[in-house]
Amino acid sequence: MLVKVFVTLKEGVLDPQGKAVQNSLHSLGFGAVQDVRVGKYLELHMDVSAAEDAEQQARRMCDKLLANPVIEDYRFEILEPAE
Amino acid sequence: MRWGVAVFPGSCDDDDVLHCLRNVLGQDVRTLWHKDPFPGGCDGVVLPGGFSYGDYLRAGAMARFSPVMQGIVDFAGSGGLVLGICNGFQILCESGLLPGALTRNASLRFVCRRVYLRVEDNRSPFTRLAEPGELLEMPVKHGEGRYYANPATLKQLDDNGQVLLRYADAAGEVSEEANPNGSADGIAGICNRARNVFGLMPHPEDATEAVLGGESGLKIFSSMVDEIRRGSGS
Repeated sequence: MLVKVFVTLKEGVLDPQGKAVQNSLHSLGFGAVQDVRVGKYLELHMDVSAAEDAEQQARRMCDKLLANPVIEDYRFEILEPAE
Repeated sequence: MRWGVAVFPGSCDDDDVLHCLRNVLGQDVRTLWHKDPFPGGCDGVVLPGGFSYGDYLRAGAMARFSPVMQGIVDFAGSGGLVLGICNGFQILCESGLLPGALTRNASLRFVCRRVYLRVEDNRSPFTRLAEPGELLEMPVKHGEGRYYANPATLKQLDDNGQVLLRYADAAGEVSEEANPNGSADGIAGICNRARNVFGLMPHPEDATEAVLGGESGLKIFSSMVDEIRRGSGS
């Protein structure tokens, strides 16, 4: 089972990294970019058979370690292996 | 009186803290290896600066799950004095012992310079020997020291006198220019509600002897020594 975890900064938390990327994009001529937020992407390869089990564990992992609830939000997708 | 200094893989200021406590203040100090359980008999604990566990994922995020930290969380819960410096402050926030979080400096640059800190509140074991408004001078050296908390938390910190230090200029004014990292409200150090856990980004251990360029960091450690002495009646 593959779990794709996306961790992003909460709205309202300043993202200086995103601002720097945005400035670079502007200087490359991509003026249409109005805002950039940089986040994290993690792939968890899990040895579980049920998607519900993967979901439950992924949620606990995010709450405990993968995201800091003070400044970050998370979401994840679960991909079941093809038969 | 006995002190413990936690050491994680990637800690780098543990020796500076040991030197300050042992050689400058004559304290009995031992190191606390991250894999070992927290020993009994400590009167004060310091979480030093550095890059624990490589600062992977988030600064301080992994250290919180080390065996020694589990014991330090219990120690703090029972009223023990815990000081977290720089990476130690990040660990205290990640552990939930202090509110808020430390994020990437607004400038995106690692800052390494001396700063002035205004003592906002001396009703704590960490600032009791300082006067309110007194200026302390010590170095900062960090890339992720911008204190963040939501507006409600910031108000609570203010209402409860938990902001112990703010970045200021030489005249004692808190300003944007004096703020090295973009911290909310110029916050450099906060304590918990119970006032026995204190975290700050600047390094008091690097300002404890004249040869280091100043001694005002001693105010923090001496305050703790004084508090422990009063508490133990020795």
